[in-house]
Amino acid sequence: MKEKKEKGWKEIPIGGLILEAGNATQYETGSWRTFRPVRDEDRCIHCLICWIFCPDSSILVEDGKVVGIDLTHCKGCGICARECPSRVQAIRMVEETTFEGLGTWD
Amino acid sequence: MGQIVAFTGNTAIAEAMRQINPDVCAAYPITPSTEIMQQYSSFVADGLVDTELVAVESEHSALSACIGAAAAGGRVMTATSSQGLALMWEMLYIASGTRLPIVMTVVNRALSSPLNIHGDHSDSMGARDSGWIQLYSENAQEAYDNLIQAMRIGQDMRVRLPVMVCMDGFIISHSIERMELLADSQVKNFVKEYIPHYPLLDTDHPVTYGPIDLQDYYTEHKRQQVEAMREAKGVILEVAEEFRALSGREYAFFGEYQLRDAEVAIMVLGSAGGTAQAVVDELRADGVKAGLLKLRVFRPFPWEEINQSLGHLKALAVLDRADSFGAFGGPVFHEVRAALMESSHPPKVLGHIYGLGGRDLGLEDIRRVYRELERVARGGQVNQVVDYLTVRE
Repeated sequence: MKEKKEKGWKEIPIGGLILEAGNATQYETGSWRTFRPVRDEDRCIHCLICWIFCPDSSILVEDGKVVGIDLTHCKGCGICARECPSRVQAIRMVEETTFEGLGTWD
Repeated sequence: MGQIVAFTGNTAIAEAMRQINPDVCAAYPITPSTEIMQQYSSFVADGLVDTELVAVESEHSALSACIGAAAAGGRVMTATSSQGLALMWEMLYIASGTRLPIVMTVVNRALSSPLNIHGDHSDSMGARDSGWIQLYSENAQEAYDNLIQAMRIGQDMRVRLPVMVCMDGFIISHSIERMELLADSQVKNFVKEYIPHYPLLDTDHPVTYGPIDLQDYYTEHKRQQVEAMREAKGVILEVAEEFRALSGREYAFFGEYQLRDAEVAIMVLGSAGGTAQAVVDELRADGVKAGLLKLRVFRPFPWEEINQSLGHLKALAVLDRADSFGAFGGPVFHEVRAALMESSHPPKVLGHIYGLGGRDLGLEDIRRVYRELERVARGGQVNQVVDYLTVRE
């Protein structure tokens, strides 16, 4: 993770307000992950159920097809793997310790 | 001179609220503050104000709705007492931490248990660390004047803190007094148009209220609240000066009575001030150098000014209308005593707990305190630093 300079009390908005809309993307929650979703492109039928259910908008879709998982923000909750239709099972949760680094896309 | 009326404290507050005309009021009835919102709801029903009155199911909800309305960008007011304030507890900190200048009248009443509906300061004193500015009132006039000034203090961009205006339950809230009103237009001009700070309803500039704030920034946000309290001291005096020019009535952090050459003095908050003042007059007639300090602003605590005002005394008694169980005396006592440690020759400071659950404080009770102070001022031994003033053994 890149080093950020933390601001002093005179430099930040009062009341704990966040003035910039949509800045949650700057918060790299991928480091919270214990299990990483691994998607099998050959099995995926692009039903987008995982995209609907993902609470962190981490299923990346282009032109109606799943193209990857945003590992910078995926917290590894496993909902995508659970909701992937049982006859498909395109997503497995794999222990994070078996990977090197956080990863970005799958 | 403004219109002279005979009002109870509650009516005075309701009338001030009508003149202020806030955007939103959310409240739940509780003795002895009930009448305020009851009368105010008539103003709403009669179309005399533009307020959105939100009837809620509890005080926790009342303050929650006030917080939401204030974050949305509205000018917001409410009122409560005792258990109602206690039920608001967690939301008190949300209001101050989120820097929402809600103004709330607290009609002081004892906390249960045992159940008691009468006036003491245990409710608002318990909330003294919740980040709200606290103004105490001696009578209905002061409650009215404090409420109008509270709007300007809290909403000032240097402050942006919620404000409690406190008055003693029944003694002030239900007693009819002669008082003077300002004209509607004068109040309207004085409180000014409310300028919201990053209102949620400004959808062109969306902001986030209440996000999580961890080890990296929480301390900085608390430090900002400390600064707001410090700034509030200057703002309170500026607003008081403007109010004096308008009304002719003077306000500061506290009222001083016969203090300049005093050797012994009492310090009180709220309605007991008038009683103590009568005793000072008696004692002065007898040649006793007695004085009185009536504290109006408890938060921010004006410790430097208190020090300056009381540092020359030989002996001082601080009267607390609330106890702090297991502590070294009542809440006002131990802060005043700590402040006076900064004096080169601090006076002897005694603490007395009085008036719990609305128990009367008589002239003779106060005379007894001054007699003890005189004895201590002459070098007599202090028998008990902290004691109950009105209790049966």
